[in-house]
Amino acid sequence: MSTVSPPESPLVPRRSPAAASRGAFGALLLRDAVVLRKTLREFLPRTLLQPFLLVFVFTYVFPKIGQGVGGAGGEAAFSTILVAGVVALAIIFQGIQSVALPMVQEFGYTREIEDRVLAPLPIALVAVEKAVWGALASLFSALLVFPIAAFVPATPVDLRVNWLVLCTLTPLCCYMCGALGLFFGTRFDPRTVPLLFGIVVIPITFLGAIYYPWQALEPIRWLQVLVLANPLVYMCEGFRAALTDSPHMSLWVVYPVLVGFSALFTWQGVKGFARRVVS
Amino acid sequence: MTVVDEVIRTEALTKDYPGGIRAVDGLDLSVRSGEIFGLLGPNGAGKTTTAGMLTTRVVPTSGTARVAGIDVVAHPVAAKQVIGVVPQTNTLDRSLSVFENLYFHGRFFGMNARTARAEADRRLEQFRLADRATQPVAALSGGMAQRLMVARAILHRPATIFLDEPTAGLDPQSRLALWEVLGELHAEGQTILLTTHYMEEADQLCDRLAIIDHGRLLALGTPEELKATTGADTIVTVVARPDALDRLAGVLGGVAGVQQAVRVDEQVVAQVDGADGIVPRVFAAAEAAGIAITDVSVAEPSLETVFINLTGKDLRE
Repeated sequence: MSTVSPPESPLVPRRSPAAASRGAFGALLLRDAVVLRKTLREFLPRTLLQPFLLVFVFTYVFPKIGQGVGGAGGEAAFSTILVAGVVALAIIFQGIQSVALPMVQEFGYTREIEDRVLAPLPIALVAVEKAVWGALASLFSALLVFPIAAFVPATPVDLRVNWLVLCTLTPLCCYMCGALGLFFGTRFDPRTVPLLFGIVVIPITFLGAIYYPWQALEPIRWLQVLVLANPLVYMCEGFRAALTDSPHMSLWVVYPVLVGFSALFTWQGVKGFARRVVS
Repeated sequence: MTVVDEVIRTEALTKDYPGGIRAVDGLDLSVRSGEIFGLLGPNGAGKTTTAGMLTTRVVPTSGTARVAGIDVVAHPVAAKQVIGVVPQTNTLDRSLSVFENLYFHGRFFGMNARTARAEADRRLEQFRLADRATQPVAALSGGMAQRLMVARAILHRPATIFLDEPTAGLDPQSRLALWEVLGELHAEGQTILLTTHYMEEADQLCDRLAIIDHGRLLALGTPEELKATTGADTIVTVVARPDALDRLAGVLGGVAGVQQAVRVDEQVVAQVDGADGIVPRVFAAAEAAGIAITDVSVAEPSLETVFINLTGKDLRE
């Protein structure tokens, strides 16, 4: 088409709503990918440093200085247990950082989100795009972090990969964390966002079965029941099944619960999003 | 009027906010293709809510709103393809450069990469932003950011663009630059709806105006038609001691040639038909009543006068 002499403004929509929505959804993902590429220098340290330090201190420094971690199983077993937790932690952090934090800003100070809401797709899909983007960013960070968890420890990590579980569980966990980011992004504002880390993310990660299998909590029964509300527990247990032979929660529980959390966060996230952009 | 001639139509459009606040009350509007249509009213008159309903961001309580024949409530995705919006606040994408803001807007609206790039370049040139293309949008001045938002709004060639208080907060020079841009778009045949509470802006730019207050349509017409409704050819504004103003309004009402005199804030506004010798007559009448006048100014009737006639108050309140 000629770009020099534009035709008259068309007065009817050029594409069906479905085709317009598909195109706009893809373009929104492309926009997010371009922003990630531009901010890669911030993305990489933000994504890699925390898992690296976690693995380095617990599974390299401690064994080297003779300070054992991991109870009766010993240090090698602990490295193996931690590998699943580190991957799951990277995914949940990325979901929150790549979706919730930008969204809080876009809703709060800048109202930038209003322009994306005017793109030709339903508002629910503008919200879902954020969750899908969070999933992609989480997947990327899981791929970056996995080698750290597998190869930094001083004691060998006993990897026994179940590919079927790994290839189905990873996208599911990534999407759930993107949806979690969407949910948090619509519920916090710039004033309250420090609370997101202080009273939500910290408990989720400390009580997320990262450092120990869920079953090992048996002696503290009340805590074992309480942490079942924490989605990270199911992710860590699932990755334990996918990557190692460590004891883990039954996959018959892990998958349905992760699907349920994904649906819940998507539903609540879309609802919160719509409430903030439409009056 | 056929659907093609009429780009925007609202019928009995109404919006109630929780708490029983009726922001827009049974508004009937019709905007023709190619015209600049203004919604003029004070802050809180319902202008932004009306624009919000027409652009799918506010759901009407009742009534209908159509843009290019599309019901915006029933078919928001179809409607969003034919509208362009310049909101009141700067909603440029801070994570992207000036060029990328336009490029991705084109992609959102279904352009392929090549077309989006070409259209973005063309608009940057047209809006004199080409030398800023690679800069982050945070580096733009208020006036440039506003021009970029207008460029973004028209990039996908919408049937109409909406500008909400486009020059609020702009310095006078940027305001003139924006008026010039809108004038060019108007010359190209772009339909434009803008909301404003600056009567000069409404007077200068708009082909037709709707004056609204408390969500209701008070008057509709060209700026000239509206000003002609006052029946006056001169407006005399008189300032005196505040405690004497009400009495002064009464006195001036009796002066020959004065059609009506009302107190507005800290002054009395007299509408006059036949201005010869009016200033001496005003002074004489005030002196006879023992009221000391501190300032008098004479002007042609403006949209401000129309608004005062309609509501008894000032637009700037």
